[in-house]
Formats: sequence, C-alpha cells, structure tokens
Amino acid sequence: MSTWSQFVDYITSWSNWTGSTGVLHRLEQHIVLTVVAVVIAGVIALPLGLSLGHVGRGGTLAINITNVGRAVPTFAVLTLLTLSPIGVGNRATVIALVLFALPPLVTNSYVGIREVDGEVRDAAQGMGMSGMQVFRRVELPLAMPLVMAGVRIATVQVVATATIAALVGAGGLGRLVTDGLSSQNQGELLTGAVVVAVLALVVEAGLALLQRVVDPTRALRQNAGTRGVGFAEAVVETES
Amino acid sequence: MPAPLAASCLQQNAWICGEYISSRKDMILGDLREHIMLTVVAVVAGFLLSIPLSLLVRRFRRTETTVVGLTSVAYGVPSVALFAILVPITGLTATTVEIGLTIYTLVIFVRNNLAGFDSVPADVRDAAAGMGMGSLRMLVRVDVPLALPAIIAGLRVATVSTIALVTVGALVGTGGLGQELNDAFSTFFKAEALTASVLCVLLALVADLLIVALGRVLTPWDRAGRRQR
Repeated sequence: MSTWSQFVDYITSWSNWTGSTGVLHRLEQHIVLTVVAVVIAGVIALPLGLSLGHVGRGGTLAINITNVGRAVPTFAVLTLLTLSPIGVGNRATVIALVLFALPPLVTNSYVGIREVDGEVRDAAQGMGMSGMQVFRRVELPLAMPLVMAGVRIATVQVVATATIAALVGAGGLGRLVTDGLSSQNQGELLTGAVVVAVLALVVEAGLALLQRVVDPTRALRQNAGTRGVGFAEAVVETES
Repeated sequence: MPAPLAASCLQQNAWICGEYISSRKDMILGDLREHIMLTVVAVVAGFLLSIPLSLLVRRFRRTETTVVGLTSVAYGVPSVALFAILVPITGLTATTVEIGLTIYTLVIFVRNNLAGFDSVPADVRDAAAGMGMGSLRMLVRVDVPLALPAIIAGLRVATVSTIALVTVGALVGTGGLGQELNDAFSTFFKAEALTASVLCVLLALVADLLIVALGRVLTPWDRAGRRQR
C-alpha cells in the first residue's frame, strides 16, 4: 500500500481520532500545553519588557538573552529537565516551553515601547500627562503591533517546541509522529506531521491578522491612502 | 590509583563526570563531527540555493510575494513535522535531516539577502551606473559588498539555529549530539545529557564567533567608518 493511501486511510478513519491516543486528544493536549505556556510566559515577560522599555534600560541584556536562547537546543533543555528532579511529564514540558517563549516576548515588548517616536512622547508630556498616563495612553497603544508580533512569534515557537516534547515522552501531536515511527505506521506519522503543520500555520496566520487589527495607526494609513512605514518587525525568531 | 568503583561518578549517575568523557571520548567526538558536518552541509547548501532565489526576486520584483510567502510557510512548519513528512520519501537517513535543515537555512538566507540588497542606497547604484558599470559588475562590486553585513547576519542566525536544530534529527536516527540526548533520555544517563547539551551550546557560540570574525575580515570599511564617527 502506498504511503499516500496509508495516510488517507489513517486520517479518514474516525477511530483514529478518538480515544486516549487519538488525534483529537493529542490536539487537545497540544493546545492546552501551548496556551498554558504562552499565558505563563506572557505574565512574566510582558510587564518586564514593557517596563524596561518605558524606563529605557536593559535592552542589550534582553537581546543578548535572545541570542543565547537561539543557541540552546530545545531538545537539550527538555532532556535536562526530564532527567532533573522535575521528571518526565507536563511540568518539564511547560517549563521548557515557557523558557523558549520568554525571549521574543521580552524583546518585542521592549523594542515596541522604545520605538515610539520621541516627539510623540514629548508632546504627551507637554500636555501634562504623567509617566503612567504616557505609558498607558501613548506608548502602549503604539507598541501594540510589535508586542503582538512577539506574542505571535512566541506562540508559533511554543507550538513547534511542544512537538519536540514528544521525544521525551510528553503528550501532544508530536506523539503521533514518534508513535508512528516506532510502530512503523506511516499513516499515523504523516497524520501527526500534517496536523501539527496545519496547526502551526493557522496559529501564525491568525495571530498575524490580530497583529494588524491592534495597530492603532492602521486606520490613519488607510485614510491617507498610503502603505505607510508601519513598524519594523524585530527579528527574534528562534529555532522552530 | 583509580577510584573505587562504588564512588565512581558513573555509578552515581552524576551530572558532571570526567570518567564519562574520558571513557566515551571516541563516541562523543564522532557525534560532534557528525553534528558539524550536518550543520556545514545544511548551511552551505541553503546559502548556495538562496543566491539564485534572491537574484530572481531582485530582478523580477513581482516574484517577491510568492518566494517570501512560500519560504515563510516552509519556515512555519515545525521541525518534527518537516522531518516526518520527508521520512516516506527519503527514509530514516541523514538525507532526510539534511533536506529539512537546508529548507530552514534557505528561508533565513533568502530573507537576509533581500534585506541586504534593499539596504543598498539608490544613489550609490546610480553613481555606479553613471560610471558605466554593467549589471554583473554592479552586483559584484557594489550590491554584494554593501549587502554583506545583512548576509553575514543571516549566516549567523542560520548557523546557530541549525546547530540547535540538528539535535531534533535524532527523531529519524541522525542527530549528531542529539543522538546522545536521545540515548541519555532513554537510559536516564545524566552525564551524557549534560555533556551533549553543553557541547551543542559551545559549538554554537564558537561558530558564531568565527562568523563574526569572518564578517570583520570581509567588511573592513564597516569598522573604519564606525571609528571615524
């Protein structure tokens, strides 16, 4: 039987979608892991990056951490955490996912605030706004596209990293790939690969759309009839 | 005198273990060599493939959306999925890993090459054209040198992220030091896990420093300009 028909057979049999090792359960595990990790990382990284940006300190540090983060293999962190007292399972996976989601979130929220035009900030202060008002009503809205870019990069990263977690026995869609490999079931292997790829691309596209929606200067640019300069996107993508 | 067996760090399954390194030196060096080879091939292949693609986009601007779009989609596919999709075609081989890694480096190079070409000031190109330079000479003498900082930046990102990504190749049986991580996980061997992890990071840092040095040698004017300012 050809690989293609094995794949079609596997993905179209409902019995492969249900049960504790079915596609739906693996998808649910994957989404839960992703959401939990992104929320935890966001709670830690966004206040940190935004406040560092507001006071204008620590940028080099944030960017250096991002660069070092790129050099650390996800698989290595997952293995080390699994062999540590934390042990096999979701806790090790979530910690690893959070670690890899932090750099793009911190960097983009920092850069987002820093990129706000100094004259706009001066004007806001000249109008008598306090530091907190400048932050909440001027800096934060203008930084939103870049902050959302960070959220997008981090989330896509986490979706990809969660797949690697299957190599150390965690749940999620990567398990379809590893189980498919070990049982030489190419249908399961390809189903896992395709569902993960589609999930990653859908998350990427959805968050890219959201990123455009939160841009406060979007309406302005559309009215002016120009493409505008927009915001440069900080290149902080890491291993996927 | 050798330490008694009971006290050996191997027996205790310690994280740091000199005895592990000395007794498995050949295996570690072999995996390190494989890791470097996988990285070098993927980086070189990705770079060579990116040249015609970047030139195509630069020449025919209309192809930009398609090329950048396609490469971004490929980049968005998680590594585990990409390797798995290739398994039915190229099997559990090093080829599968190389093709997957090359696709990722290709995307990074195309993006950075294009950013580099875009950064060449229009008046510089006008001046070169005014001096009678043809398009090939302009490319070699003007565009490529001025795009070099961006190209080198791409080389850094591609190399460092490939070194990290090679480990995932263990999924299909060829992962360089990732092979040791895989083994360490299944046998709960702490020294093996930590040694392989540290070597991966060190390899990435050394490679990065080498590329930075290469960039300095290739763009001496960049440093001179900065010093003047």
